[in-house]
Amino acid sequence: MVTETLLEAELRRVAGSVPDPELPVLTLEELGVLRAVHVFGPGRVEVELTPTYTGCPAIEVMSTDIERALHEHGIPEVSVRTVLSPAWSTDDISAEGRRKLAEFGIAPPRPQPTDGGPVPLTLSVRCPHCGSTDTELLSRFSSTACKALRRCVSCREPFDHFKEL
Amino acid sequence: MTAALAPAALALGDDALVLSHRLGEWAGHAPVLEEEVALANIALDLLGQARILLSLVGDEDELAYLREERAFRNLQLVEQPNGDFAQTIARQLYFSTYQGLLYGQLAAGDGELAPLAAKAVKEVAYHQDHAEHWTLRLGDGTAESHERMQRGCDTLWRFTGEMFQPVEGVDVDWQKLEAGWRESVGAVLERATLTVPEGPQSGAWSAGAGRQGLHTEPFGRMIAEMQHLHRSHPGATW
Ligand SMILES: [Zn+2]
Repeated sequence: MVTETLLEAELRRVAGSVPDPELPVLTLEELGVLRAVHVFGPGRVEVELTPTYTGCPAIEVMSTDIERALHEHGIPEVSVRTVLSPAWSTDDISAEGRRKLAEFGIAPPRPQPTDGGPVPLTLSVRCPHCGSTDTELLSRFSSTACKALRRCVSCREPFDHFKEL
Repeated sequence: MTAALAPAALALGDDALVLSHRLGEWAGHAPVLEEEVALANIALDLLGQARILLSLVGDEDELAYLREERAFRNLQLVEQPNGDFAQTIARQLYFSTYQGLLYGQLAAGDGELAPLAAKAVKEVAYHQDHAEHWTLRLGDGTAESHERMQRGCDTLWRFTGEMFQPVEGVDVDWQKLEAGWRESVGAVLERATLTVPEGPQSGAWSAGAGRQGLHTEPFGRMIAEMQHLHRSHPGATW
């Protein structure tokens, strides 16, 4: 087991503070997609990044943004490697990330059941506008694969729900 | 990657690529906006799987855009035309149930495809949920929607047998896969007041043919369209 050096921790903070291109309220660290930062020599760094969805088109923008942030921090040689395992899950979104999603008007994902598969639809999703748990599903897929479209029965507002994966 | 993995990655990658393209054909034609978005999202998940799988074999663009029809190893089921919305849903039901069970088994193993399978199986659960939801809605809907849903299921039934032909390098229990599929699809059709089709699950002329590079007539037109841009403008980017 290799422990993270002080420099790696510092570079991880830099890479982790890059905003998610699709949901800029979240940083990559809060989204939970930044897996590791390795320093291989003076000025030579490798970053491990995991995609949210296999077809997530944002991963290329994320890589470019991380490279730019580390270049600006004085690292000339940056490579970003995509890793699939262990698979990203919405449980990887930090508590702070969930708070920001709700503040942004997106209902955060619910904790995952342990047996895998979609979360039963009976578990209530709270309206990010008025806090009511009386909400209904309009569509399983919204503007991006990671969101479902719901409506609040109490305040009648539609809202996005970051669905569990 | 070990060379032994190539046939497996190609077969599963082509399934995902071809179905992704078919679903993409719904853009601008779906019955409601929510479905436009849903089918596009499912297509995008499949394209992501295809890119990872084909990259295990070689250059993903060359494989997608420069291979001849006979070099594709996808199931004939996924190349079938969209038909009406009910037929597309029938194809989704058959395929997502298969893919969910297949990836589920692969994810539980320790083969080279396990990491991808573990990731994709969670996405496929949503595809399956979507297909089952619509099968119930259409099957147990109006007389018209019921008839169309039944017709879609009947039309595609003869392409389902091919799914359970063992694929070289895919280490799963195929009999268990088939039994699980029949049970799952059968239960959904029953709840949707539909009849499980009775005909053979493959024609003598077509058994397992897609996996050997023999495709049905509509596939030629589909890949001509899919490959047109890349072949006309080699190396095009945007
Ligand atoms: Zn509300």
